[in-house]
Amino acid sequence: MIDYSKVLSPAIVNMKPSGIRKFFDIAQQLEGVISLGVGEPDFKTPWVVRREAINVLEKGRTSYTANAGLADLRKEAARYFSDRIGVDYDPTNEIIITVGGSEGIDLCIRSIVTAGDEVLIVQPSFVCYCPIVTLCGGVPVPIETKAENEFRLTAEELRSKITDRTKLLVLPYPNNPTGAIMRREDLEEIADVLRRTNILVLSDEIYSELTYSGKHVSIASLPDMRERTIVINGFSKAYAMTGWRLGIAAAPCELTSQMLKLHQYAIMSSPTVSQFAAITALRECDDDIVKMRDEYDMRRRYLVDAFNKLGLDCFTPQGAFYVFPCIRSTGLSSSDFCEKLVYRKKVAVVPGNAFGECGEGFVRVSYAYSLSHLREAIKRIGEFLEELKNGTLQ
Amino acid sequence: MEKLLNLLKSNARLTNAELAVMLGKTEAEVAADIEKLEKDGIITGYTAIVDEAVYDPNSVTALIELKVTPQSQSGYDDIAKSIASYEQVESVRLMSGAYDILVSVTGTNIREVSRFVAENLAAIDAVQSTATHFLLRSYKVNGISVTADEKDERGLMFP
Repeated sequence: MIDYSKVLSPAIVNMKPSGIRKFFDIAQQLEGVISLGVGEPDFKTPWVVRREAINVLEKGRTSYTANAGLADLRKEAARYFSDRIGVDYDPTNEIIITVGGSEGIDLCIRSIVTAGDEVLIVQPSFVCYCPIVTLCGGVPVPIETKAENEFRLTAEELRSKITDRTKLLVLPYPNNPTGAIMRREDLEEIADVLRRTNILVLSDEIYSELTYSGKHVSIASLPDMRERTIVINGFSKAYAMTGWRLGIAAAPCELTSQMLKLHQYAIMSSPTVSQFAAITALRECDDDIVKMRDEYDMRRRYLVDAFNKLGLDCFTPQGAFYVFPCIRSTGLSSSDFCEKLVYRKKVAVVPGNAFGECGEGFVRVSYAYSLSHLREAIKRIGEFLEELKNGTLQ
Repeated sequence: MEKLLNLLKSNARLTNAELAVMLGKTEAEVAADIEKLEKDGIITGYTAIVDEAVYDPNSVTALIELKVTPQSQSGYDDIAKSIASYEQVESVRLMSGAYDILVSVTGTNIREVSRFVAENLAAIDAVQSTATHFLLRSYKVNGISVTADEKDERGLMFP
């Protein structure tokens, strides 16, 4: 019999599965669970986009595209970046259409990180950065952000983690799970630290359209930062197109030309039907973005107020579609809180420490749900906290 | 105002406190906005959306198209108003196109609605003809989906 322990890559075998797996399994087996756990919009992809995909299928346009993506889509993406973040990219060689933002992250890290390189990763944050860095032989170095700073990265925190081996900073704002954003002045401080170095920035801006106070600012738009920044964006969150698996990576051609080799060998080209549909999204769906953002904004205000009234401190997030209330006042760990809540009241939320150790003491609550759904969930959480306090929790 | 109206259209029972939080206003401001909307005749009332088919499975609703000869002084107004005064009538609308007035009527059974059309609508002198369409099923009413909730196909949890 084959001994799999001898044939599998130790790097993969030692990779930890995502921290939410356990809760997912518990929630899955219970009846009547209402979830606040997802990371994708509850809206459907705008109809014009879906119709374009149907058109494309009817016409049978189903072959591969250019490796980097359809020329028209790259042109639209370049226009989008110029318009939204004020950074110009050459659509012929500085933009790659990827399979979701995730692939862009993977391409970026694998093109840059080699054995012994240190990668600074702002935490709490999405779960994929560390495993990819580790797989490259790099060393993930978490930078823990704090609630009192509204989970922004400060120049001081950054400076204290930089060493001779630091290669890359992962800057994920607007942030999943905290909902934090970096304002222009915050980014300027960070840029000041980085300008004199050779450190690159992976700016994961997948939630950029979901910014609720002012306009999203990309670090790539600050002086001297374009040359050292890889911008990752995509269609999933902004256009409610998660399942279409389409992202955009933009960077100077010295970087994209290397990333493109990986993309070419691993992916060939991103899904063709999705690419055609995405052109329509970029050309015609600005109004849909505004409509969805307004709706998220109302839910955000509702939830922040509701959690604070329930006695769970919750800073007002300015981006993405999550709130990140602190649950320390209950005396429970994040995991215990989530486990008890799902068993007793059948509400699923995600423990904050799934996004890095500094997320302990918090839970992530998604508001990619209808208001009536959120109201029911808040009612149940209120009962839960009350029973916890009275010691009557069953 | 548009956001406030949209919220009320989706659920008129949200309290002023809840509306204030969601709109980033004070309760007093929301109360003043609502009062203005009411005063200006933009909000003309608040009502429950009742699924009649669940409430009374035998009830029927019909949409009746009327071709009407307009009157010399009042045009369509007097006829429309007299039709609107029947209690069974839920809505009366003047339309462009192939017919003039669209009436919706709900009754406890088909016979009752048919009799109403024959005796009270078709009998009006100015009414040239009627076409009665019985409603089979509602999917969306007043902007609210009234079919059973679509299943959320997203997973319970995702990082």
